[in-house]
Amino acid sequence: MSHKVQENAEKANRWIGIRRGQTRRPLEWLAEKGILVVSFSTILMVLLIFIFVTKEALPIFFGTMNSAANQTILSVEEATKLKPEALREYLNLTQKEFADADAETRALLIEVRAEAAKDQSKDKDAKVNTTEWRYLLKAHQWTGYDKPEYIWQPVGDIHKYNIIPLLLGSLKVSLVALAFALPIALGAALYVSQLARPSTKEWLKPAIELLSGIPSVVLGFFALIVLASALQNIFGYQTRLNAFLAGLSLGLAVIPLVFSIAEDALTTVPASYMQAALALGSSKWQAAWHIILPAALPGVFAAAVLGFGRALGETMIVLMTSSASIMSFSLFDSARPITAAIAAELAEAVFGGHHYRILFMLGALLFSLTFVLNLLADLVISKLRNRLEGKK
Amino acid sequence: MSKVNKPFNSKSVDRWSVFFTGLSGACTYLIIAILFLIVGNIVWNGAPHFSLRFLTTGVDAGMFNVSQSGVFPMVVGTAARVFLMTIFVIPVGVITALYMTEYSKRNSVIIRLIRGAVNNLAGVPSIVFGLFGLGFFINFLGQNMDALMNPASAQAVWGKPSLLWASMTLAVMTLPVVIVATEESLKSIPPGLREASLALGATKLQTVVKIVLPQALPGILTGAILAISRAAGEVAPILFTGAAFSVQGLATGLTDQFMDLAYHVFILSTQSPNIEQTRPLLYATVMALLLLTFVVNIAAVIVRSRIRRRMRSFR
Amino acid sequence: MGEAPVTRAPQVKTTELAAETPAIVEITDLSLFYGATKALKNISVTISEKIVTAFIGPSGCGKSTLLRCLNRMNDLIDNVRIEGKCHIAGQDIYGHDIDTIELRKRVGMVFQRSNPFPKSIHENIAYALRLHGTNSKSEMDEIVERSLRQAALWDEVKDRLHTSGLGLSGGQQQRLCIARAIAIQPEILLMDEPASALDPIATAKIEELILELKKDYTIVIVTHNMQQAARVSDYTAFFYMGQLVEFDRTLKIFTNPSQRQTEDYVTGRFG
Repeated sequence: MSHKVQENAEKANRWIGIRRGQTRRPLEWLAEKGILVVSFSTILMVLLIFIFVTKEALPIFFGTMNSAANQTILSVEEATKLKPEALREYLNLTQKEFADADAETRALLIEVRAEAAKDQSKDKDAKVNTTEWRYLLKAHQWTGYDKPEYIWQPVGDIHKYNIIPLLLGSLKVSLVALAFALPIALGAALYVSQLARPSTKEWLKPAIELLSGIPSVVLGFFALIVLASALQNIFGYQTRLNAFLAGLSLGLAVIPLVFSIAEDALTTVPASYMQAALALGSSKWQAAWHIILPAALPGVFAAAVLGFGRALGETMIVLMTSSASIMSFSLFDSARPITAAIAAELAEAVFGGHHYRILFMLGALLFSLTFVLNLLADLVISKLRNRLEGKK
Repeated sequence: MSKVNKPFNSKSVDRWSVFFTGLSGACTYLIIAILFLIVGNIVWNGAPHFSLRFLTTGVDAGMFNVSQSGVFPMVVGTAARVFLMTIFVIPVGVITALYMTEYSKRNSVIIRLIRGAVNNLAGVPSIVFGLFGLGFFINFLGQNMDALMNPASAQAVWGKPSLLWASMTLAVMTLPVVIVATEESLKSIPPGLREASLALGATKLQTVVKIVLPQALPGILTGAILAISRAAGEVAPILFTGAAFSVQGLATGLTDQFMDLAYHVFILSTQSPNIEQTRPLLYATVMALLLLTFVVNIAAVIVRSRIRRRMRSFR
Repeated sequence: MGEAPVTRAPQVKTTELAAETPAIVEITDLSLFYGATKALKNISVTISEKIVTAFIGPSGCGKSTLLRCLNRMNDLIDNVRIEGKCHIAGQDIYGHDIDTIELRKRVGMVFQRSNPFPKSIHENIAYALRLHGTNSKSEMDEIVERSLRQAALWDEVKDRLHTSGLGLSGGQQQRLCIARAIAIQPEILLMDEPASALDPIATAKIEELILELKKDYTIVIVTHNMQQAARVSDYTAFFYMGQLVEFDRTLKIFTNPSQRQTEDYVTGRFG
């Protein structure tokens, strides 16, 4: 009996170790928390992008920026009484420049500014703050024009920041790109996913995806150096770099994206759909067109939406194939999309100046636009997946 | 599909089917043709000027000097920014994927938030990343670092475009690529392996480090290579964050600006004083860039298949 | 009796049985929920030391789920909630201060699908040893050999210890998993349908092994194969729809069950 008691006690001792009091694992705890913290960085980055792109554009949104060529002219005495920060703004200097300038230089700058402002005061537009929303969005009859017009002309005495030509440029170029890319990409997606033989499919897919491996700057180069003249020779239009050329080359970047998303969506449709249709005596094409495509339609729609987003956001291709921003609905006039304007002009814009801030405002606009498009595509794709998987 | 069983109006139907099948096939081969056209044009025009000398000389003889200038500093600059980017993006991307597959409950709020952020980040236009890099890394982080570390000097050290900030901007841009690739490979690991390890009394961390991560290696490597191939050709994010038209010598420090192969293609295409004359230089540069991205892409394919084969021999 | 709701096994039985060897696992009124679904309904069962206890029942009856309660593998599944008590050697394993890692060291498990790590045979066994502090090479080699011998695998693999464990046949892989589990010398060995994916010869080897291991370990085996339960186990618990219908000596369960449902199942009328 005592032997049995002893054995029981031993057993209990062996098992007492499963109580945590004896084993702490700080490393485990630390790793878990660390992993959690790091994994938030993606969310953090999206927030930071939103905050820091918008931040630089805040003065535009709140209308606290003044780009009028003619601002209040202050005498040297008045100006020196200003607080340093106000003086810096008045002189339109960066913080560093302002810090570098001694009192004498500042006084000189104040005089220069007063002189320069006096010279321009004749033009009625010189008093206009062109960063106000009505000048950004509505047509305005500038001095020397005989009717109200939409003009983006950030250089010169009077900075004209109407963003409508840029929006129109983006829209025009993107629509051309989609008109060119969608039919081709969708046709190819349908062919590769449903009609091609498996052995052909095996090399077709990676080959098409190789197209997406070509950097956009190379596509831009190809458009500028090869396509531009070739298309001009074929169609005989006036402007060599125009919306048509930009859109077409942009299409080259959109095709692989739309293809791979649409092909994915089409492949998710259960193979039994196709087999059932074939068993009923329809041809492969009929099954693909009447059964598979409708089933995957949301995914195809999402592909188009993402393709549009890509077209709106693509920079290098449109930067290299666009020139002046012209308010024109013709495809054969030059167009300057938003992205091209940002890329081409930011380097020249004065840091912290109105041009700089307007470009950031355009960036924030672009970010929000693609955000909405992505959200839409996501929603549609997840709905499709649920529907197909629910049916399975 | 025997002829006997076809419906009586099969003839007209079949004609359309054949036509549309042909049309969709034509679309497919049109894309292939375009690919061949672009690559062929570049190789045809670029190869004659492409040489070892071209790859190993700089631009001391002048940016647009066709016979004496090369792309060595640009190749170094691109390699440096891509390398740094990989160092930044891999740990963050892999850890995020680990959290999503190993640590969090499925479909928790955090997971959905992260997934939303990943999808969103993947769709942000590259130029917006450029603006972000300028607004956040340079104007915010960099300038504050300068103010903290060296308040007396007016000389900007960190608060200006540099290799470091360009790489970080690219790392943010390629984060979704790494996360998605790693997550995919983590999900493909049989749950039985994790169970086996845990049932042996391994902790979660031990299981993740010793069983899960080695298995996910091919996916992580693929993610890294995809990120590199995406970033190597990008110009828009580095326009304002580090790429320079011309710098003396090679970029050696984190705070240096650098010349870049992809950016150089843009410069040669748009800034050349005589585009006809500099055409060979331009084509050879494009060819170098294309070669680089294709080599990376093909490396991805090879690495993936090799590691898979090794795993299979283990099976 | 046929349409009547299933009743719990009379408690008398288990206490009566426990007299032969001391009880080690005592499950009292244990229920398990997947979200709102009650997958295990108020189970009470006592498992004795160093014998083989079989859990049988039709698929989805909760036998595997109950097994996984014993080493808390169910913790790994989201939305699982457990009510009731489960004591092992007097310790409440669902108590707030229980370390599941330490628990799982003492309660080993072999899974339905053999799951060797994609490492060498030697490494498969050394993995857990290293985690639990065995560092010397000679000691390691010794334990590896002993475990493989215990799992009746040594003679088949001794010349290729450093080749992949995935290169073995299905039955060998499962025996490797058993060797891996017993290398760290657990007290209890849980086996979740260990032979369901194997051919008859490999199955026979596993069953032989179970009878051998029972000298040193308390074994709980889940099986849907009634002949197997009859061959290897001393006690059998029959589950149906999340409830324990009957728990008794294996011989009694298969020859003279007290519940009509048990009889229907073991005679093959349903399941």
